[in-house]
Amino acid sequence: MSAFPVTRHSMMAAIRSDRDDVRRSAFEALVTAYWKPVFKYVRLKWHASPDDAADLTQGFFLRAFEKDFFASFDPAKARFRTYLRTCLDGFVANTRKADARLKRGGGVTLVRLDFDEAERELRYQAANAIHDFDAYFHREWLRGLFAAAAARLREACEARGRAERFTLFESYDLAGEETARPTYAELARRHNLSSIDVTNELAAARREFRRFVLEALREQCATDEEFDAELRGLTG
Amino acid sequence: MIPEPAIDRLTAMFRTPDLTGTRYEIISTLGRGGMGVVYLARDTALDREVALKIFDRPPGEANEARIIARLEHPGIVPVHDLGELPDGRLFYAMKRVRGDRLDRWMAAGRDITERLAVFLRVCEAVAFAHAHGVVHRDLKPENVMVGEFGEVLVLDWGVAATDATADCGMRIAEPGLVVGTPEYMAPEQARGDAVVDLRADVFALGAMLADITRGVAPLVAVARKAQAEDAAHRYQSVPALAVEVNRYLAGLAVEAHREPFADRIARVVRRNRVAIALVLTYLLVRVLLIWLFRV
Repeated sequence: MSAFPVTRHSMMAAIRSDRDDVRRSAFEALVTAYWKPVFKYVRLKWHASPDDAADLTQGFFLRAFEKDFFASFDPAKARFRTYLRTCLDGFVANTRKADARLKRGGGVTLVRLDFDEAERELRYQAANAIHDFDAYFHREWLRGLFAAAAARLREACEARGRAERFTLFESYDLAGEETARPTYAELARRHNLSSIDVTNELAAARREFRRFVLEALREQCATDEEFDAELRGLTG
Repeated sequence: MIPEPAIDRLTAMFRTPDLTGTRYEIISTLGRGGMGVVYLARDTALDREVALKIFDRPPGEANEARIIARLEHPGIVPVHDLGELPDGRLFYAMKRVRGDRLDRWMAAGRDITERLAVFLRVCEAVAFAHAHGVVHRDLKPENVMVGEFGEVLVLDWGVAATDATADCGMRIAEPGLVVGTPEYMAPEQARGDAVVDLRADVFALGAMLADITRGVAPLVAVARKAQAEDAAHRYQSVPALAVEVNRYLAGLAVEAHREPFADRIARVVRRNRVAIALVLTYLLVRVLLIWLFRV
């Protein structure tokens, strides 16, 4: 089986759909992929309090949905991430200028956003060491992309009765500091497997993980060219 | 939340291909070409270094390796092996070429004759590919290697296209698909026209010639003709372009350049200087003898 993702209907294409239901669900997928980087970016770059950042994040996506911000994105001119961040900066600047604090959620909720979780994540990060907000936004987007792929991997492993494969991957590849990372031998003991089994399971998990990353990336890109550019960024 | 070290680890996982089950070990990254990354690798079976190209996307990209494999020519880097990584991406191993990219090689102050000799070798390789129904579509100095022993190799056939009917009239049609590098890209290629044929490579070679021969009027004219906006006004094949460059090197007039009379005289004198010197010497001696024996 090819590890290359089957082209799904791109969320960027669906966002331009005439059908409200298609457009809405594409928009929800987009919010899911980007809300955390947006929230953290607003917190750090715009020095917003957690409540303000949450309001601004909700407000930004609601305004984008109402005004169809993203439908006018032209992939030939910039990456979507850059476009989104430009829109976001404009939105925050204008909102602050008008001193128009938005009511949280504006009465409409697109996707449930767990701002407390994002705030907890932010506490783990060395926020005051951030000087390059472009790089920071990219890194947070990448974190979201990997998290989405890991969630898909977990789901796929569980659906096939191979939950252990994901557990191994999580323990070894998603671990924090190197010192907290178990060795293959430790994993083998812990799961009552041979070291070769651990090696094979991890190799299979990584193959699938790669496929899910590419799949998620493909969904976020409007064109093949944008996908290629993102892929080049990822593969170096 | 995915922790920071895991992001680095996962990114590295993407950047370093998993070569488990293959006979290759990565040594370092050589660079990025069309559609993939080229690594310097060790072939553990034969204990030699190779250049390993790994494609970003798996399906269909064996195309490049198969194209090169069928082009056995000293100017085209040979393919040793083709395979698939555990993650499904395709790779191929090719000869590792030691040397310099043409743009860097030229920057080292080469004279025009040396540069044109390399250019003609590129023309030979490209003409050979055309004769086998392959259009490179991304010719530029960065895709030409000049080896340590003067060998010239055309690289990166990642966006090359083939046509089953391999003749000079072949047409490579992929409407809307734009591939190549803007400075060297023929207008029809940049527009994504349905008809892009070997004359797109003639255009790119014209752009390379313009880089090579700045200020040499006859060659500037040749380069200009090769880069004509309308493909019908270009040289219709690479050998036709090469003939013009060879004519220049032989001191003959080139078709693309209307020479001023004084330049023509100067060129004829340069080309025939030995004969002219002999005739002049003969005449001088005759005049001298007539003068000496005038009584």
